[in-house]
Amino acid sequence: MRSILPILMRKEITQFRRSKVLPRLVVMMPIMLVLIMPLVTQMDIKNISVVVLDEDRSLLSTRIESHLANSDYFRTQESAYDYNQAVELMDQGHVDLIVSIPAHFERDMRNGHGQPISLTANAVNATKGGQGIQYATQTIISAVTEIAAESGLIVDPTSNSSSSLITIQNRYNPTGNYRHFMLPALMIIVLLLVCTFLPLLNIMTEKEHGTIEQINVTPVSRWEFVLAKLIPYWLLALVLIGLAMLLAWAVYGLVPAGNPLQIFLGAFLFSLCMSGFSVTIANISNTMQQAIFVLFFFVIQFMLLSGLFTPISSMPIWAQWLTYAFPPRYVINIFRSVYLKGTLLTELWFDYTMLTVLAAFFYTLATFTYKKQN
Amino acid sequence: MMIVLIMPVILLMLFGFAISTEINDIPIAVVVDEYTPEVRHDLTALENNPYITLTGVIEERDVDKMLRSGKVSAVVMMRDGQRNVVLDAANSSMSVSAGSYITSILRSGTMMPLAVTTYMRHNPQLKSAYNFVPGVMGLIFILICAMMTCVSVVREKETGTMEVLLVSPIKPIYIVLAKMVPYFILSLINLATILLLSHFVLDMPISGNLPTLLTLCVLYIILSLMLGLFVSTMAQSQVVALLICAMVMMIPILMLSGMMFPVENLPPVLKQISYIVPARWFIEAVRKVMVEGLAMSGIIKEFSILCVMTIALFAGSIKKFNDRLE
Repeated sequence: MRSILPILMRKEITQFRRSKVLPRLVVMMPIMLVLIMPLVTQMDIKNISVVVLDEDRSLLSTRIESHLANSDYFRTQESAYDYNQAVELMDQGHVDLIVSIPAHFERDMRNGHGQPISLTANAVNATKGGQGIQYATQTIISAVTEIAAESGLIVDPTSNSSSSLITIQNRYNPTGNYRHFMLPALMIIVLLLVCTFLPLLNIMTEKEHGTIEQINVTPVSRWEFVLAKLIPYWLLALVLIGLAMLLAWAVYGLVPAGNPLQIFLGAFLFSLCMSGFSVTIANISNTMQQAIFVLFFFVIQFMLLSGLFTPISSMPIWAQWLTYAFPPRYVINIFRSVYLKGTLLTELWFDYTMLTVLAAFFYTLATFTYKKQN
Repeated sequence: MMIVLIMPVILLMLFGFAISTEINDIPIAVVVDEYTPEVRHDLTALENNPYITLTGVIEERDVDKMLRSGKVSAVVMMRDGQRNVVLDAANSSMSVSAGSYITSILRSGTMMPLAVTTYMRHNPQLKSAYNFVPGVMGLIFILICAMMTCVSVVREKETGTMEVLLVSPIKPIYIVLAKMVPYFILSLINLATILLLSHFVLDMPISGNLPTLLTLCVLYIILSLMLGLFVSTMAQSQVVALLICAMVMMIPILMLSGMMFPVENLPPVLKQISYIVPARWFIEAVRKVMVEGLAMSGIIKEFSILCVMTIALFAGSIKKFNDRLE
């Protein structure tokens, strides 16, 4: 007897193509995410508005000022008479950082005591405040070192030579392009959304329209029914990843440092995982809206807690343990490692194994929750 | 609909506690050729630094392997009195911080101490929560509210009950408003739990006055409900309406609202787009009220923009609703 699977799959593909919105959406997604969104992912904060309150008026303090003015990170348009006025400007949102250099700073520094320079940052946004302070400190250090070298002011005569012995080498992303770090993650968002929302809504449509009951009374086994629904999405996932990789290469010049087949393998296992997950949710939901709420609840966690945007290592320990249950965690590591570092399959065995285990888990769950009769 | 009440609580707690951009516990390894006093000094300095976790001493040939497999983020090579810091710069923003931590540790013994004190205004402990809690509020409210209302009209269309409503003598504006009310009440309960939790559990300050904050949040909730309604009047089917509200809107709200990435540096075109993301204005205003303690006069710009958006969405939905009537 001929297998029913290809026929069911043809039905799915026809239904998909007949929809007005879905095909467009599926093509727009990678274009939006891979083409446009990398422009947004810029962690570097530029144009930090800084006010310098210089009570020292020495060679050193003017040098610090000119270093700040010449830096790409800072803007020195605003000015203030005193600290209180500067703080007022900060509260109005005109100033992000106040550098105040106390009187006799240069003289006191030669003697090794005295009041320090104080930096005040608007830290409502902690990242921004922290970065502003970090850049300013670096700028001040470079100005101080410069003056110190020029005038023989250095306290410890060995320091100049020894500090030049520290060299820094950036591997895997030598230009320090944050977009190259984010592009693989954005590709994963495409997969994450397409492989969860679409199969879920597809099954829920059948449930709400009652057509699933017609299928249930046919001799079609539940596996054939589910596979016919999911196989097209697995293939779609691979096509979309291919498209996203092409876009990343054509527009941002990013090609995998490692074997592209590893990317495809990761993408395939991930799409297995996520579609199994969404079938489970479909099985336990009664209405489409309810199903979407449950799925959204998990997808937003996958997006924000899997290391896509913020590093997992800076989360508290309990949250780090939680992420072991999140499939995106593994695929993000695979994508980023293979894309940027050329990590080998054998070095990523843990991530591939965990994806396989989670896929098996979700399909077992899906089988148990599926009921042919209501 | 229990999930609508429980979900925001869990998400807020989870994100409020777990999301952090602070970089600590950077795993590093060292390569040492000879244990001179200087090397020992540097090793102790690295070991004692709270931001760095020294995982061990490795062979030079393993450097690439360790970095590639992600076991360490940086390797410090100590040879002939030289210090070569090899960074895994795949995450460029993290590697910059790691590099500056490590160099400052290595320099500390020899370099003159630079006298700098820092003050973090409004957020002295540099808590990421001050940034993320308003962000998560902006994200959760708009998506949940929109997802609740976006099926309201389109479901009636799908099941055919819309015709009944349209031939009834009730004015469309009443139908629309009646559909909003239960969701509005649900959202108010959510608002109360979210504000209580963020203040008492997540330690978010409410520096500004509470009525201002509540007015702002209620306006945002109405806006979000209207957004869902608008999608509902436009969409052809429930599938499309839900896809738009849950999937399509999630991305711009996450990326263009200033929650994850700073909006100040966006390229001009994207900056224009970010102006139409309501969450952007809401998050900014909430930060101003909760953290900086500004009064209504300080957020008047954001508030009026949100007002205009609400009215536009309401007018749009009514118009679309009336179109069906004719």
